[in-house]
Amino acid sequence: MGRKINNLLLEFARLHRFLMRFFREVVSPPFEFKEIIRQCYEVGWKSFPLISLTGFIVGFVFTKQSRPSLEEFGATSWLPALISIAIVRALAPLVTALIASGKVGSQIGAELSSMNVTEQIDAMEVSGTNPFKFLIVSRIVATTLMIPVLCFYVAGIGLFGGYLSITSKDDLSLLSFFTQVFESIQMIDLFAMVLRAVVFGFTIGFASCYVGYYSSKGTEGVGIAANSAVVASMFIVFIEELLIVQLLGFITPLIS
Amino acid sequence: MEKSKAIINYDKAVIDVDKVSKSFGDRQILHDVDMQLFEGENLVVLGRSGTGKSVLIKLISGLLKPDSGTINVLGEVVNDLSERDLMKLRLKIGFSFQNSALYDSMTVRENLEFPLVRNKRNLTRAEINKEVEDVLEGVGLLQAINQMPSELSGGQKKRIGIARTLILRPDIMLYDEPTAGLDPITCLDINTLINEVQERYKTSSIIITHDLACAKMVADRMVMLLDGRFERQGAFSEIFDTDDERVKPFYDYNFIV
Repeated sequence: MGRKINNLLLEFARLHRFLMRFFREVVSPPFEFKEIIRQCYEVGWKSFPLISLTGFIVGFVFTKQSRPSLEEFGATSWLPALISIAIVRALAPLVTALIASGKVGSQIGAELSSMNVTEQIDAMEVSGTNPFKFLIVSRIVATTLMIPVLCFYVAGIGLFGGYLSITSKDDLSLLSFFTQVFESIQMIDLFAMVLRAVVFGFTIGFASCYVGYYSSKGTEGVGIAANSAVVASMFIVFIEELLIVQLLGFITPLIS
Repeated sequence: MEKSKAIINYDKAVIDVDKVSKSFGDRQILHDVDMQLFEGENLVVLGRSGTGKSVLIKLISGLLKPDSGTINVLGEVVNDLSERDLMKLRLKIGFSFQNSALYDSMTVRENLEFPLVRNKRNLTRAEINKEVEDVLEGVGLLQAINQMPSELSGGQKKRIGIARTLILRPDIMLYDEPTAGLDPITCLDINTLINEVQERYKTSSIIITHDLACAKMVADRMVMLLDGRFERQGAFSEIFDTDDERVKPFYDYNFIV
């Protein structure tokens, strides 16, 4: 029991050191701009097909499922307002984060872990290169920058899916749909979306890099790291969602 | 192939390992190890798998920290250095990994450029290209410059791994099992390359191996790690002129069985 507590505390200490090292390295030159751009391409551009499909389906299905409830009150004209609030406030950041946890998180976890197994990280270190800056900082920065971009895209494509769902039964022009959408979204909603996306992006990058960088040696370690990256990212994202909802519930009345 | 006589300065130790111990958990790997590498020398460290040979060179390059004792490399105590000073010192140490450790997402050219552009930032594109091509030519693999590591054979990977370390013109080379997993002819090529590196780049090297043919071909001096201690050292014939049951099977397997 004592040993387990000791190990847990050591793990927390290592986590803390990793976090502090990230904040120290991210602001100190030299900067690995080329690698950051490459990682942005990996995280952002390569996730577009999957994110597009998922975002569209979420918007389409959510609208379809919401219609019967509003129909009962003869309020189907509220659908654009309802789906815009739901997508911008909650669905877009959460769906983006969950998809990215699976796709990007597992990729980062497996990649870093296999580099660890094949001593590529050691090779960087002995060649006078800072592997933390090159591998870790670039990936965390890329996820923190690209998840918000993907989130805006998911919101857009989700709303488009919602629009198609509405027009399958009602007659509504794209212009009037988006007019209603923008009338119902407030600045605080956009702020909340960006806040969530930035926090989730950082979390996915950080958790995936941490488990990959400190994975155990051997091929089994690669599988475990990929799996742990996804599980840890998703788990923390849900906890953060809960905390952010509470925080926004507290500050929104103060602002309005 | 006979090794040409190396110019060794026995008055100057470039690596001085003094009473170094290292454990992993409850298992002690190295016990008060003492060792010196002299300028210009090829020192072969022999020993069975798991005796701590690779741990020793990881301690020397600062990848691991010793539990006790000191490691002096080119006049600097490795275990006392800050991260920044350690990175500077590492530029003078080339480390050839057992499995080559090539960056598999990069081409051969990018693998070689990687340490160069990060440590010599004032080089022009033409100078970088020249350095890369010169070193690749030196290991006889200029034609592989645009290939990915996955397209190379084991022996080619070893050569590229050695080229990547040579590009920073190190004073010391550390080879971890340079011939492991290679066929006898490729082993011969790698051994020749180790000798050429010593001659051309004037390096002092530690070669970790349990391949006695490699040891015999490249060594100016040998030390044998037995149960975490250096108990025998000298020339090839001196090392194996013994009835020690821990040493004899080593020789017998390589040259008699």
